[in-house]
Amino acid sequence: MTFLIQQTLIYAVPLMIVALAGVFAERSGIINLALEGIMIFGAFVGVLFVNLTQQSGIFDAAKEAGNWVALQGFEILAMAAAALLGAVFSLLLSFASVNLRADQTIGGTALNLLAPALVLFLIRIIANQNILQMAQGDAASWFMLKKSFFGYGRGDDMGFFGETFINKTYLATYLCILLFVLLSILLYKTRFGLRLRSCGENPQAADSLGINVYKMRYAGTTISGALAGMGGFVYALTTAHCASTGDVAGFGFLALAVMIFGNWKPGNIAASALLFGLFKCIAASYSSIDINGDGVFLLSEIGVSPHVYRMLPYLITLLVLAFTSKKSRAPKAEGVPYDKGQR
Amino acid sequence: MKEKLSDLYAKDGTKTVLASVLSILIGLAMGSLIILVVGLANPNLGISGAWDGIRLTFAGIFSTGRDAAGALTFGFNSTNLGNMLFRATPLILTGLSVAVAFKTGLFNIGAPGQYLMGTAATLVIALSIPSGTMPGVMVWLLAFLGGTLAGALWGCIPGLVKAFLNINEVLACIMTNWIAANLVTWIFDGSKFRNLVENTKSGYIYKTTYALTQVDGVWTYVDGKGVSTAKMGLDKIFPGSQVNGGILIAIAIAILIYILMSKTTLGYQLKACGANRHAARYAGIADRRNIVLSMAIAGALSGAAAALYYLSSNTEFFWSTYQSLPATGFNGIPVALLAASNPIAVIFTGCFMSMLDIVGLQLTNLTAYNEYITDVIIAIIVYLSAFSLMIKLFLTGRKKRRAQAPVSESGGAQGAPAPEDGTRQEGGGQA
Repeated sequence: MTFLIQQTLIYAVPLMIVALAGVFAERSGIINLALEGIMIFGAFVGVLFVNLTQQSGIFDAAKEAGNWVALQGFEILAMAAAALLGAVFSLLLSFASVNLRADQTIGGTALNLLAPALVLFLIRIIANQNILQMAQGDAASWFMLKKSFFGYGRGDDMGFFGETFINKTYLATYLCILLFVLLSILLYKTRFGLRLRSCGENPQAADSLGINVYKMRYAGTTISGALAGMGGFVYALTTAHCASTGDVAGFGFLALAVMIFGNWKPGNIAASALLFGLFKCIAASYSSIDINGDGVFLLSEIGVSPHVYRMLPYLITLLVLAFTSKKSRAPKAEGVPYDKGQR
Repeated sequence: MKEKLSDLYAKDGTKTVLASVLSILIGLAMGSLIILVVGLANPNLGISGAWDGIRLTFAGIFSTGRDAAGALTFGFNSTNLGNMLFRATPLILTGLSVAVAFKTGLFNIGAPGQYLMGTAATLVIALSIPSGTMPGVMVWLLAFLGGTLAGALWGCIPGLVKAFLNINEVLACIMTNWIAANLVTWIFDGSKFRNLVENTKSGYIYKTTYALTQVDGVWTYVDGKGVSTAKMGLDKIFPGSQVNGGILIAIAIAILIYILMSKTTLGYQLKACGANRHAARYAGIADRRNIVLSMAIAGALSGAAAALYYLSSNTEFFWSTYQSLPATGFNGIPVALLAASNPIAVIFTGCFMSMLDIVGLQLTNLTAYNEYITDVIIAIIVYLSAFSLMIKLFLTGRKKRRAQAPVSESGGAQGAPAPEDGTRQEGGGQA
């Protein structure tokens, strides 16, 4: 059970935060199809930051001394770097779709093509192979939270709560959940959020009330880029052992599906992200899931092909969309370039 | 003469071509810039390495390797040109696939999935028929049509859910892509089609040149008993390359699609749905049927791309593909965008994209750079084509100003032609 919950969270949290990234862009009126590309770019930047910082030896002393608080700070810095450059990368999309009134779907596709190409080009030149890893050690030994940090011994039991939510988890997961809550409040309970959402529903009306639609759309897409970049690094850190390969296994697109399934509302998105995280977790580790702890790995013993489990997340997405699409309500003005002269 | 030139310039088609050429040049220039920056930052490459890289980026297709002194040499290279045509074959067809969907107002990002399903069907059919039961031409035809049909059926799925459930086709396509990737792996996992004869080819499916043959009463796969696309004399023109008759078939299909879209009622109906689905319905056109049909045609073209590629006798399919999607499918998008969805133009842009492919190979083989730079160039070109309408407006505006037209600024915007090319105007917000 502990294993199942931890694994589900690991997959659900990047989905959740990247789906929220999609919400910020679409609520301001820009379709951000580039989430996948921005995630790939963010993952690369974060890993590169970790790699270069390790090479310069800044955190070596902290690692030697077992100063885990400093190492968590290092992790947060890497997340910030990924977020920053993710935001910069997303400016390409906002520039094309706000200033040049380009087709947002094609602009997003271009970024989705650009990110893996650029990342792989650079990784090849930096690392001479198709994968960029940490310069030393692994994600678990540097960043993972462990029992010993809180004064427990190796054999001590932290209780169900401690074992599930503290031991062998990453701080990044909880930071993302915190950010998710804070940003949802920003979007729904503040003046800025209301203005941003109005630009995605009726930009002409918003403009007539003195809101700068262009600025708001830039703000929405930039927040979206920052969140997607950070989500990309969190994905690389927690599921890919802090390595960048120019690929996030379609998580950006899955996040888009989560967003649509969640009807562009944070609460629903959190719930659907958990559902998809569960299916992703089953697909990735169906053979080692022991639901009630009796040593029987049920999912691998009922004789269903592993291919079925791997297909499930995508199949379920399609089915779920089929049943919910009639009720879903996208922001009205999304995808339409704002033209001041238009009525 | 001068009069005629300006007439030609004023034509909408000319501006589309100019916009595409401009996008290509900017893309290549940006790629060169990246090569230069990386070269200067990397002491192993330096300015001379960067210069080699830039020359190869622009003229890699004519590269003939390095001479004894280590300098790059250029000239006519039949291997490169033939391989360019060979690689252009699937790209032209996936480009057509995306272009047809664009004309109907749909964004077919599902080409990789349709391509995979086409691959699976082609290989299963070609490898299931024992040698000697029917003529090779029949086997080839069955495999080709089977691949095309599989692609069409797979393309129908996003079309159906778009038409009847109003699910965003982009999302549906992406999901069907990954389902196809898993399904194809499942089909071949443990099947008899896996290559067990050649040790170095484990993980691959037999080429279609193999066929089930009875040797001493036991059915085994034997090379040379199967089928492959006829060379149609092209191997004489481009000796030492992989080219075959597939490129001629692809060009013929492109011409057929051009006729279908521009000269028939069906093509008109499809385009009407793309321009305005609701207006088309008001005019008595079955919009749902046309959306499904358009996606089926698009899927069939992607399936045909896969069939021609894997029937060529020098390609092998890596079957455990559930973690990745074929790049050929995605590269259909830039091919179609660059051609402004014109089926005839797709032939040329397909060749251009495959030329970039060859350039990438030359860069990997001859310099310390790698082939991914050409993907970067392609991405930049797609990015630019997202606002090709703006580039066209810019070209129009420049012309107007030069001609000292009385209304320069707003005249340019007003005089802009209706976007009858790939740039979609309607938002894709429905899901």
